[in-house]
Amino acid sequence: MIQSELIRIEADQICVDYNGTVALYDASLHLPSGCICGLVGMNGSGKSTLFKALTGFIRPSRGHISINGQSVAKAQRDQAVAYVPQNEGIDCDFPVSVWDVVMMGRYGSMNLLRIPRESDRVAVRDALGRVDLLELGDRPIASLSGGQRKRAFLARAIAQRASVLLLDEPFNGVDVRTEKLMAELFFQLRTEGRTILISTHDLSHVRDFCDLVVLINKTVLAYGETSKVFTPENLSLAFGGLPPDLLTGNSSSGDS
Amino acid sequence: MVRALLISATVGGVCGLLSCYMTLKGWALMGDAVSHSVLPGVILAYILGLPFSVGAFVFGVGSVATIGFVKQKSRIKEDTVIGLVFTGFFALGLVLVSKTRSNIDLGNILFGNVLGISSADIQQTLLISAVVTGVLLLFRRDLLLFCFDPTHARSIGINTGVLHYLLLSVLSLAAVAGLQTVGIILVVAMLVTPGATAYLLTDRFDRMTWLAICSSILSSIVGVYTSYWTDSSTAGCIVLVQTGLFVVAFLFAPKYGILRQRFNSSLPISMLPK
Repeated sequence: MIQSELIRIEADQICVDYNGTVALYDASLHLPSGCICGLVGMNGSGKSTLFKALTGFIRPSRGHISINGQSVAKAQRDQAVAYVPQNEGIDCDFPVSVWDVVMMGRYGSMNLLRIPRESDRVAVRDALGRVDLLELGDRPIASLSGGQRKRAFLARAIAQRASVLLLDEPFNGVDVRTEKLMAELFFQLRTEGRTILISTHDLSHVRDFCDLVVLINKTVLAYGETSKVFTPENLSLAFGGLPPDLLTGNSSSGDS
Repeated sequence: MVRALLISATVGGVCGLLSCYMTLKGWALMGDAVSHSVLPGVILAYILGLPFSVGAFVFGVGSVATIGFVKQKSRIKEDTVIGLVFTGFFALGLVLVSKTRSNIDLGNILFGNVLGISSADIQQTLLISAVVTGVLLLFRRDLLLFCFDPTHARSIGINTGVLHYLLLSVLSLAAVAGLQTVGIILVVAMLVTPGATAYLLTDRFDRMTWLAICSSILSSIVGVYTSYWTDSSTAGCIVLVQTGLFVVAFLFAPKYGILRQRFNSSLPISMLPK
């Protein structure tokens, strides 16, 4: 289901270390436009480090990253990368409405005073509609449920109109209905040519709707089409030698 | 008296606006630290014949930089570092005062003396207030985003390092202005209480700002009047009115007041307001 051969994310042999501790080495990755890619690895395998490198929060000590053929800094200025965090770091009692939160996705495209224009309002309305939160726009985020809050932050990324979306554990603590809505949304975004990178612990999600999968453990162990890469052998490599049935659950034997 | 009213209302408004960011960012302790740390700066400025606000600003920012440096270079937790640094600066100020032969009235610096404020001080305070208000209005959305979700701010290319130091500089300036009206010890109340009161009353940031500014200005005016007519401490009166307003909000706020919560919990679930 890959739409084109235009390369969105290109990482060549990047290394990242924090004061001498290696977090990622020789990681290489090419992702085309219009795909959903799962990022799978253990805790501490470098998933969030890779995200941070792609958003420009940390600079690789070696190697090169380009997004849409340009530097990370340029991509950041062009609003090309949207990062949707897990909600833990966010103060949910903050006095802002859902609309305000989604509007924050537009700040990067506004002038210095951040005064919304009509086009910004259209983008926000459109994004809210796509995550099915339009009628809750006026509600303070404090009054939302966990799943609604996840959708609000997803809407912010959509309003940003980024071509690369980095989603950190989007399905964590989300009910089945929301999960379905989000999956459908990801398919739409893929059709529009966006590249979605999803970090996840739940391997069944990868099998269900990721075109590509990246297995990492301090480096990129394997990546490519899910059907080829998502093998018990590779998974056991990624998860440090644990038996694959334990990881993939009951359906793994049927798949492979 | 009129001058005192005007100046404390101005400072009240400015500090009220800033207090929203302080409470949302969780920087109350930082406000306390900055306001105490300006003491040696004020004394040194008097010795060198500079405007006191210059010295205060340098030491306010200096204390913040020191806190940041110690925290980054050691394993000590932030609140400990803050407590350690600002008491050190404050102690330095006390020693400087006791060793300086001049007519500095420590009481005025510590507890404010808005009824006896000089024209030069009024000019400085007005200038500072204008700068602080200008910066906060210009960057209000960026600062709001910075308080709410700094990660997102960075990912869309906003320089959060600049915003961090901008907010801290503004805090130092506001502490200097507040020092005029309520003194070093109580200035943190000006920087925290109005924001906290407003936060209990609304879920909207814009409304919160207005409520904080209004409650702060009201407290300043009522406080100065009360202190004038009862011949009691001005700083004490202003802050006492602020605290009084907070207690009212704490008890009676429509959504987050404790009475409302108690009332709600005694209702059957079907009757709860949405």
